[in-house]
Amino acid sequence: MRKLAVVALCALAAGCGTGSSPPQPVSDADAAFEKKLQEQFLDAKPGTVIEIPPGKHQLQRVLTLRANGVTVRGAGADKSILSFKNQVSGPEGMLVYANDFTIEHLAIEDSKGDGLKINDGENITIRDVRVEWTAGPSKDNGAYAIYPVKCKNVLIEDSVAIGSRDAGIYVGQSQDIVVRRNRAEKNVAGIEIENSIRADVYENNATGNTGGILVFNMPDLTQHGEHARVYKNKVIANNLGNFGAKGTAVASVPAGSGIIVTSNPKVEIFDNDIADNRTANVIIASYYITNFADKKPTEGYDPYPKSIYIYGNRFSGGGDSPDGLDWKALKVSMFGISGHFPDVLWDGFVDTKIMTNGQYPAEQRICVQNGEVEVLNVDGPNKFSNPKVGKEEFHCELPKLAAVELKGKA
Amino acid sequence: MSFAFRSVRVPCALLALAAFLGGCARAPQPVHFFAEGRPGKLSDWHLVEARDGKLAANTDVVPYDLNTPLFSDYAHKFRTVWMPKGKAAKYDAEGPFDFPVGTVLTKTFFYPLPSGAARDAKSVARTYDTSRDFAGDRAGESLDLAKVRLVETRVLVRRDNGWEAIPYIWNAAQTEAELARTGDAIPLELVDETPAKAEREAFAYVVPNENQCAGCHVTNVKAKQIEPLGPRARHLNRDYAYASGKENQLAYWTAKGYLTGLPTTNLPRDADWHDTAQPLAERARAYLDVNCSHCHSPTGPANTTALDLRAAATDLRRLGLCKPPVAAGRGTGDRLFDIVPGKPDASILLYRMTSSEPGVMMPEMGRNTTHKEGVELIREWIAATSGTCDA
Repeated sequence: MRKLAVVALCALAAGCGTGSSPPQPVSDADAAFEKKLQEQFLDAKPGTVIEIPPGKHQLQRVLTLRANGVTVRGAGADKSILSFKNQVSGPEGMLVYANDFTIEHLAIEDSKGDGLKINDGENITIRDVRVEWTAGPSKDNGAYAIYPVKCKNVLIEDSVAIGSRDAGIYVGQSQDIVVRRNRAEKNVAGIEIENSIRADVYENNATGNTGGILVFNMPDLTQHGEHARVYKNKVIANNLGNFGAKGTAVASVPAGSGIIVTSNPKVEIFDNDIADNRTANVIIASYYITNFADKKPTEGYDPYPKSIYIYGNRFSGGGDSPDGLDWKALKVSMFGISGHFPDVLWDGFVDTKIMTNGQYPAEQRICVQNGEVEVLNVDGPNKFSNPKVGKEEFHCELPKLAAVELKGKA
Repeated sequence: MSFAFRSVRVPCALLALAAFLGGCARAPQPVHFFAEGRPGKLSDWHLVEARDGKLAANTDVVPYDLNTPLFSDYAHKFRTVWMPKGKAAKYDAEGPFDFPVGTVLTKTFFYPLPSGAARDAKSVARTYDTSRDFAGDRAGESLDLAKVRLVETRVLVRRDNGWEAIPYIWNAAQTEAELARTGDAIPLELVDETPAKAEREAFAYVVPNENQCAGCHVTNVKAKQIEPLGPRARHLNRDYAYASGKENQLAYWTAKGYLTGLPTTNLPRDADWHDTAQPLAERARAYLDVNCSHCHSPTGPANTTALDLRAAATDLRRLGLCKPPVAAGRGTGDRLFDIVPGKPDASILLYRMTSSEPGVMMPEMGRNTTHKEGVELIREWIAATSGTCDA
């Protein structure tokens, strides 16, 4: 009990030591624990279960796993804690290059870089895992809390991501993904699906981030994303000041963004509770509206959002205090001091190459069938000179996207 | 009598007996290839051994050097190759040679001791001067233990199922290196050799664990196989000061029977990063190749970022020119592009090379200090690169 109290005090005091302080000496108990745990990671074979006992364990070095079919299991996300506060080598907390990997019921705290990174794995389950930077939002925090990249068949459920300087739950360049019942708070981006194919993002709670849920497509990468369903989430009050590093894609996310789709085709947003995101509850954007310095994306990359379908969401509040002077001025001039943007903001960039009579082909349109919800086209292509609110012209339907099926998962 | 320097391993009674019969250190045991398992001591392999005040390479254990090496916190490196009798590696112009089963490579990381100071547990010299590394009588084939501090020796062994990496850490007495599968963090202090500066820099020398070895040595993230990085044609194509005299390494390996298929012309050769007589761009590209491309290649673990820093890369955007970062986080240092031509201080690449903080620095592991001279080289190269990233 006494030990727990000390740990709690430590957390209250906003962390014992800062990210850049020289490594602290470790206790013999922690050193022995780390050596044994490192050995378990080295010796793991298919079928191995590595148990993380309850307690807060201080580790100096990244835990790297290369064996397939391994489970890492703790006693609970608030009980078995791997703390990397004094990390000297990594930079990740845990780094996995393996298939058929399950991690559950534990926490990873204060890693120098990403918390949990899984690179190029198939059949990945992340369950009841908390990854957190305990001092809250800070420039010293790592980029991603939970970070599967180039993976196939990914399930992330009942997990928590707090304090990432980029995205809390970040699924990159992957395919067949389910992200459900997670909580993302105080990250720049709460949950981000990037350059990924077939993702279901549902029953998550994204609150207190700069942006709640992002579906992004970036240039240069070998895989272009498509097909994401974002539904039954609570995306509430994501108004945290952007503390992302300049140059990163998320540094362009305005504080107060609920759900953002950037350059990603085939996105369905439905049955969500989206409220009190003070720039806009939903933003549909092309690559051109972002603050990305690079305006010349590579060949083969489609910078426009296409086949976007928004319907049946419950909106309230939001759009009343957009981030940035330009946006504030636009809001005041169009809707008055006490007014607010409509629930959906669109940058207005269109791919004229595919248009006939000023219209996209039916299956590639942006459709908003959400009761009285309006869309503000900010007229990005003409430097915001003629923004206008529309509704009926967005009333269209798209074929529903298929649910994601994960092979071999319940 | 050199018995005091030898570790007698009880479980390996046969070897001990053989050592006894063979007259101790005067006639060292032949190299032992372990087809499986991890021997507890480096000396079990009989590859390089500390005896008579030297770290000596055994008979048929051939030392080698690279045109441009990986930076490892200013450590000097003593590399060796050994192959079973009658076996040879097959030449490859680009990738690692095709080494036969039984090949064993070692890489010993060591530092010259600061000149004029008594040996202590921490102090090591920050210097490029290798003149006091080697024991005089055997030229480049043994280290002078009175003048250097051994830190670790990594063994890379080619077994039936592929390569395996096995790390060993040298003891305080510098008599033996013990198996250290989980690596270690060893407190050291770099002492500047320039008397005017006499700076000291404390840092944690990190010995990687076996899985971290694979962090660099698995260059194809799909294949997941460990491979040697150094012994490639373009790195090895240079002279070495053997006991028998100076000779090109590739020619020496061939003459020794360790290499087949060496072409007679057009051998690739990377620049020596440190040799200012060689073209700046070639030195910079050689440096990036050796320090970065094991991850930053189209097949490497950092192919998630679309950055390709191989010597062979030709696409300038993939090389980082005006390329926005993908997953850098705070590693951008608030900069917009990996490389901004003419503007080293606006380039993420240089920012990450300059940092020694985990989470910011690149490479992510293998160093905990900043390679000042490497940073200066890349700074010069970026400054001399023309173009603009303005839209």
